[in-house]
Amino acid sequence: MAKTVYLNTPIDSNDLIDLQTGDKVYITGTIYTARDAAHKRLVALLDEGKELPFDPNGQVIYYVGPAPTPPGKAIGSAGPTTSYRMDPYAPALLDAGIKAMIGKGPRDVSVKDSMVKNKAVYLAAIGGAAVVVANSITKAEIIAYEDLGAEAIRKLEVKEFPCIVANDVNGNDIYDEGVKKYQR
Amino acid sequence: MREIHVDEIISSVKKLSIKANYYLGQDVIDKMKSMKETEESETAKEVMDILLQNYEMAVKEQMPICQDTGVAVIFVELGQDVHIVGGDFVESINEGVRQGYKDGFLRKSMVDDPVIDRKNTTDNTPAIIYTDIVPGDKIRITLAPKGGGAENMSEVKMMKAADGLEGVIDFVVDRIKRSGGNPCPPIVVGVGLGGNFEQSALLAKKSLLRNLNDPNPDPKWDKVEKDILAKINDLGIGPQGLGGRTTALAVHILTKPCHIASMPVAVNVQCHAARHKSITL
Repeated sequence: MAKTVYLNTPIDSNDLIDLQTGDKVYITGTIYTARDAAHKRLVALLDEGKELPFDPNGQVIYYVGPAPTPPGKAIGSAGPTTSYRMDPYAPALLDAGIKAMIGKGPRDVSVKDSMVKNKAVYLAAIGGAAVVVANSITKAEIIAYEDLGAEAIRKLEVKEFPCIVANDVNGNDIYDEGVKKYQR
Repeated sequence: MREIHVDEIISSVKKLSIKANYYLGQDVIDKMKSMKETEESETAKEVMDILLQNYEMAVKEQMPICQDTGVAVIFVELGQDVHIVGGDFVESINEGVRQGYKDGFLRKSMVDDPVIDRKNTTDNTPAIIYTDIVPGDKIRITLAPKGGGAENMSEVKMMKAADGLEGVIDFVVDRIKRSGGNPCPPIVVGVGLGGNFEQSALLAKKSLLRNLNDPNPDPKWDKVEKDILAKINDLGIGPQGLGGRTTALAVHILTKPCHIASMPVAVNVQCHAARHKSITL
């Protein structure tokens, strides 16, 4: 039976041990955005042994390129982007201390193995529910790569950001399980 | 000759850019609601509820349904008795996109060089524009913002006539199976059959513009659409790929004659935010 869990960032692996695929998770605290171009730069920094623009330990990366912020809002529409494009970079970031990734769509074997090894999780946000997600973000600030526009790294303050556990620390995968359960 | 000034085109395209991104078609909303009723997975139902809630909030808060406000794909039916005055036709469309994406707080998602530089053009231009010359003295403009996630799951295959209808169906269903949760299901599946390599892809895209309540006008293709839809919804992918019965809201097919040696098949995948708006000038 799926349960509901409230998580505060930064996250410790102990917070994640009891999470199972299908559980609803609401995240509160600071999280960081990064998508394609930012991942390329982050992993290049790791390869060169340099520091990242934020401390990755216990942190959450949200795969999003938000729409521009309208007047009076904290952020524009901000739903998840498709995660597989970040698969080539994700294991290096998990090794660097990232504990949770938020996106949409399944991950490849290298990322799943890395999650088990690093006791990290992958959380699915609902793609195309971009206004609903934006309403859980109370503050957004660009902290790196402003030249990338929508792809710049943003520090977000979130309050009960809604997601579903897609991959847990034990190697379970909701995308495999869900299809198996409902295919005919 | 009826004269239409480019300023009218600019303001129309600007309005369409914003409207298409804020207001989802009622046909999509109704289909989502009706398919939610028959959905078996509780998670899937919850996801569909959140999507429906999101469509309402987009209108209420005047924000785009999805942060991926897409490539501005524009279909123009240009009456042959229209004389466009006051400037460049293509540039006027791009200017409309530029203004709409700026004033509507829509994301700019176009990069200039597709491979090497990938530098953002910062105004979401160029639009992708298809123009058909038609009888009459009017211009009909349709703007369909197309997000990247679903577009990336699309494919063209040059099949053999011997592959037959069965081969076509297998290819389409397999393409959706391989897409899984990536294109933001529940999706609309556009299928273009015939023509040649590039025309099949354009047919697939154009098929997405059909109202979801309208059946295919050709009964034999209407049946094929329903057969493919049933097969896709038996895959179990479900909303967002989390498992469920509602993987696709509809399958749309458009066909054209083709060469004796060819059987081009194109699948254009559309996320649940199946956005498009039209205006006639």
